[in-house]
Amino acid sequence: MLLEIDDVSLLYGRIQALHGISLTVDEGEIVALIGANGAGKSTTMRAISGIRPVASGRIRFNGEDITKLRADLRVRRGLCQAPEGRGIFPGMTVLENLDMGAYTRRDRAGVAQDLNRVMELFPRLAERRKQAGGTLSGGEQQMLAVGRALMSRPKLLLLDEPSMGLAPMLIQQIFNIITEINEQGTTILLVEQNAQQALARAHRAYVLETGRIVKSGTGAELLHDPSVKEAYLGVA
Amino acid sequence: MTTTVKPPNPEQREAVMDRLRHGREAVAQRWRDAPRWVRWAVLAAVIVFFYALPNKEFYQYLGPIPTPGANFTQVMFTVSIYVLMAVGLNIVVGFAGLLDLGYFGFFAVGAYTVAVLTSPSSNIKTLWPWLLVVPVAIALTMVSGVMLGTPTLRLRGDYLALVTLGFAEMIRIAAVSSDFLKGQRGFNQIPHPPGKYTDGKPIFGVLDARPYYWLVLTLIIVVVIGVRNLTHSRVGRAWISIREDEDAAQLMGVPTFKFKLWAFASGAAIAGLAGALFAGKQNFVNSQNFELLNSIIILAAVIFGGSGNIVGAIVGGGLVAYMIERFRGIELFGLELYEYRFLFFGLVLVGMMIFRPQGLIPNRRRAAEFKDRRKEVIVGE
Ligand SMILES: Nc1ncnc2c1ncn2[C@@H]1O[C@H](COP(=O)(O)OP(=O)(O)OP(=O)(O)O)[C@@H](O)[C@H]1O
Ligand SMILES: [Mg+2]
Repeated sequence: MLLEIDDVSLLYGRIQALHGISLTVDEGEIVALIGANGAGKSTTMRAISGIRPVASGRIRFNGEDITKLRADLRVRRGLCQAPEGRGIFPGMTVLENLDMGAYTRRDRAGVAQDLNRVMELFPRLAERRKQAGGTLSGGEQQMLAVGRALMSRPKLLLLDEPSMGLAPMLIQQIFNIITEINEQGTTILLVEQNAQQALARAHRAYVLETGRIVKSGTGAELLHDPSVKEAYLGVA
Repeated sequence: MTTTVKPPNPEQREAVMDRLRHGREAVAQRWRDAPRWVRWAVLAAVIVFFYALPNKEFYQYLGPIPTPGANFTQVMFTVSIYVLMAVGLNIVVGFAGLLDLGYFGFFAVGAYTVAVLTSPSSNIKTLWPWLLVVPVAIALTMVSGVMLGTPTLRLRGDYLALVTLGFAEMIRIAAVSSDFLKGQRGFNQIPHPPGKYTDGKPIFGVLDARPYYWLVLTLIIVVVIGVRNLTHSRVGRAWISIREDEDAAQLMGVPTFKFKLWAFASGAAIAGLAGALFAGKQNFVNSQNFELLNSIIILAAVIFGGSGNIVGAIVGGGLVAYMIERFRGIELFGLELYEYRFLFFGLVLVGMMIFRPQGLIPNRRRAAEFKDRRKEVIVGE
């Protein structure tokens, strides 16, 4: 078990955003987390990456209890998040942004290798390596955020809505890349509005509703589940 | 025929701004494209100019530059202290993006440490020599920076601005009212820096401000080299990432709290050094030296020059301190301009915020951050 979340609750002030959720991610999997707006998907990601402290419950990563571990140290353990809304560094160039992704790493050769890999995955970024991140288009920023997270060579990659704001062509492309990254050996926890695509690609998936996990199963199971169909796939 | 004065339409204004921008970019581009030796030569010339500046044989040929209302050499010393502090505050505000409203408080800690440990009017009468106290002063300001930063830098938002403001006010009130810090009466006979000419006269005396100015100028150069190296290292990258997006920085594995504390404490240390230099020259320190306004001026100078850019901070600190002194002794329509110095200063700042919010000599990244923010505003509308 690479990631194990057990009965985690999280508060924003007095608002409870997560009500004791539990989920697991196995090594090598793509696990999808779907749910309506405000269900608590991003909040779950924040709890895992550690930028928001949890109120109760446990988070274990790679056999270690990381519930109280600082966010930057979780990155060093191999857990990296591409935040929702891109969260790239606007004043840094594309290259500098990618370089920040490798901030915790010291193996220069490995970093150079990963940089090449990211440039291959996203040729658009290669063309724009000297451009300031803030001046990239929305889709390009999205790619940069994913590429930057890859640069830390994480064991577990957390992707929060990587397809947000992308044109249909690019959505297809980003999901292909996600599958490719996974096949190259990175475990992925994926948050998506685009439930159709996410469920089709994921090995397993969880459905989140108002801060509670209400359903889980393999991607294919959920894809054919009538209530999921109705609520998230737009099929009556 | 009556013509109403039309406000310049936005397009025209934009066109003018564009031309200005292009002019500046052309200069910047030429500077970047110039061969290395040319850049070094220009830099060397600038440094020589500033070392020569306080000599009367030199500045008497500089037309309106020397200040009419005050001893120019003294003014240059004050200016140099401001420049040193602007360089220090630029680390805090410009690089790490932390709003420090009480930076002068650290200057006061440095100056008072020297005063208390060296002056015969001090209660504890240690009477240490100046040079021995300088490292103590720097260490103490750093410690006070860490003490102030540890609880506040963990929090997001404007807490730091409030706490630093309160800190500077606290120091000032302590200076005014505590017996230990002597209030208005102050500390006298604070020793000068050591050193003698071959004829036995001390280098750092009472009348001639030039050696002090040269000392500060030299320290500025040392500090600038240090800061430059720092900003080109992992530390600098971490600071910039925190300034640009603190959450994202943490998600990339940057220990944000640690680096914020470091920026804050190193900025404080530089202010402490400036305070110690000030006390060593002044011979006398009392509570009047530490008005809150000074903190605001320094902060404004850094923003004015272009925060995040070392050259910008130097130019900003230098220009602001110089302009304030330059007003002294000028009368216009029977008004003493010096009395209105802060009015002008305020007007210039407001103008800057409208036309050039990124500062005179902005940092390349900062400019991009501003562009980005503007985009967000448009999206939000
Ligand atoms: N910083 C915050 N302070 C207070 N409440 C918050 C904060 N962030 C999120 N919330 C609330 O917590 C709930 C879950 O938010 P979250 O961002 O996790 O939703 P989400 O599932 O990611 O939604 P979306 O699909 O729209 O991104 C929402 O009701 C939201 O309003
Ligand atoms: Mg979300």
